[in-house]
Amino acid sequence: MENLIDIKGVRHAYDTAAGKLPVLDGLEVSVKEGGFCAVVGPSGCGKSTLTRLIAGLMHPDEGEVWLHGEQVKGPRSTVGMAFQNPVLLEWRTILQNVMLPLEIVPGGLKGKAAVERAESLLALVGLEGFEDKRPSELSGGMRQRASLCRALVHQPDVLILDEPFGALDAFTREDLWQTMHEVKAKEPFTAVLITHDLRESIFLGDQVVVLSGRPARTQYVMEITRDGPPKLDDLYTPEASERLATLRHQIEIAQGRAEEGVSA
Amino acid sequence: MTGTLRKILVPTAAMIIFLILWEALVWVMGWPNYKMASPSDLIPAYERYWELFLIMGWQTLWRTVLGLLLAIIVGTAIGMIMGFSRTMRDALYPLLVGFNAIPKATVVPIVALMFVGAHDFNTVLIAFMISFFPIAVSVSIGLSTLEPEYRDILRSLGASQTTIFWKIALPKTLPEFFGALKVSVTLAFIGTNLMEIVSPHGRGLGALFDSGKTNSDYPLMFAVLIALALLGIVLYYVVVALEKVFAGWAERQPG
Repeated sequence: MENLIDIKGVRHAYDTAAGKLPVLDGLEVSVKEGGFCAVVGPSGCGKSTLTRLIAGLMHPDEGEVWLHGEQVKGPRSTVGMAFQNPVLLEWRTILQNVMLPLEIVPGGLKGKAAVERAESLLALVGLEGFEDKRPSELSGGMRQRASLCRALVHQPDVLILDEPFGALDAFTREDLWQTMHEVKAKEPFTAVLITHDLRESIFLGDQVVVLSGRPARTQYVMEITRDGPPKLDDLYTPEASERLATLRHQIEIAQGRAEEGVSA
Repeated sequence: MTGTLRKILVPTAAMIIFLILWEALVWVMGWPNYKMASPSDLIPAYERYWELFLIMGWQTLWRTVLGLLLAIIVGTAIGMIMGFSRTMRDALYPLLVGFNAIPKATVVPIVALMFVGAHDFNTVLIAFMISFFPIAVSVSIGLSTLEPEYRDILRSLGASQTTIFWKIALPKTLPEFFGALKVSVTLAFIGTNLMEIVSPHGRGLGALFDSGKTNSDYPLMFAVLIALALLGIVLYYVVVALEKVFAGWAERQPG
């Protein structure tokens, strides 16, 4: 199958008071259609810059970002974004929050169709009955679910998730991991997930990309194959432990604490 | 007690208690009315001059409201300029702070000389000058502290700056804006009265206060103060009502 996301040889540096600060240096990421790419790496290695590149919110100094066979030159209405901070609009109800992208993207659903679309997504993530609540009346996990619905409502071809579960407690987070799989089964999308949680990366991703420390380059790619629907129990198998150990070792290399080629 | 009844009864009771204490204080200390008039001295003053109070009160009110409206328009515009552009913020802040630091009482005679005879204009101008600062600052802070994620979500969908402003930046700034407006309402009253008291043959409650002073009618002076306080309360609650309508979402349910 054709790659939906292709990031080729991307280099980028920010202008700071102290001069150029290179953040990305030789980034290569390819995600096939329907794929779920989890990106892990040391703090401050430029993971969020990667999401902004894919969303077309900035241009790389060098290299190319391709979506669906088209080079990304600016914002496209075919991406959905969710962040660690759910950034719901407090003056809107949950339903109105979810419908926000439909008001902006050209040709978005209007009126009754928009409401039905938003309601069906909310039901899918277990927020049925909360449509008319304000964000402040919801728990952190529920807000994140609503934020996820907003990211999906306009049927984007790419879902960009920048640590959306980072601020949640462990149990809520695991609940949301399972919700992600359920949603993906009904609403197919291609996703790039930025995370600090290695368990999350192997549970959600079918491909885990480890970035090196700043400036980031693609250091290691792990393909994850699953037989059957994913279960949380899968995280407690010897196979999962082995994957986690490998990733852990790669992160240590990225942090400069271990040498390449030396086993963990 | 039901909620609405309580909301009316409690403040009313507080006001009555305040008047009783005031009356008692003047009575106990045996003060003559030129030292401090008591509430019972005020009633004859209102009876004698009620027509003047209505006319002057209206003049004070409309000039204050007009000054305030100008402050809202100009303050919001300056706030938007400073909120969206870092350079403009750096450039304008010291100027604004300096301007705000000048006591407006010193500006009053300058303005009065500059536009001799234009009483209405002068009064509105001072009310505006004294009250736009909090609005400008609050709007600029509201806009410049907008979390980048809000912008990113809308921009990634291809939204224009105007759309981002109307859909997110403006509503998100409303609670700060109304907070500032509550401060500005009171300030605008101070501005109006400063001018009314100073300008000769002036109009409005300030002029009525001044004529009480010239005629040694001390109860009248106190009566004007109370009338001003009442007008202030009315305008303040108008702002509160508007806030409920436009930014009621920011108020969290207790519990």
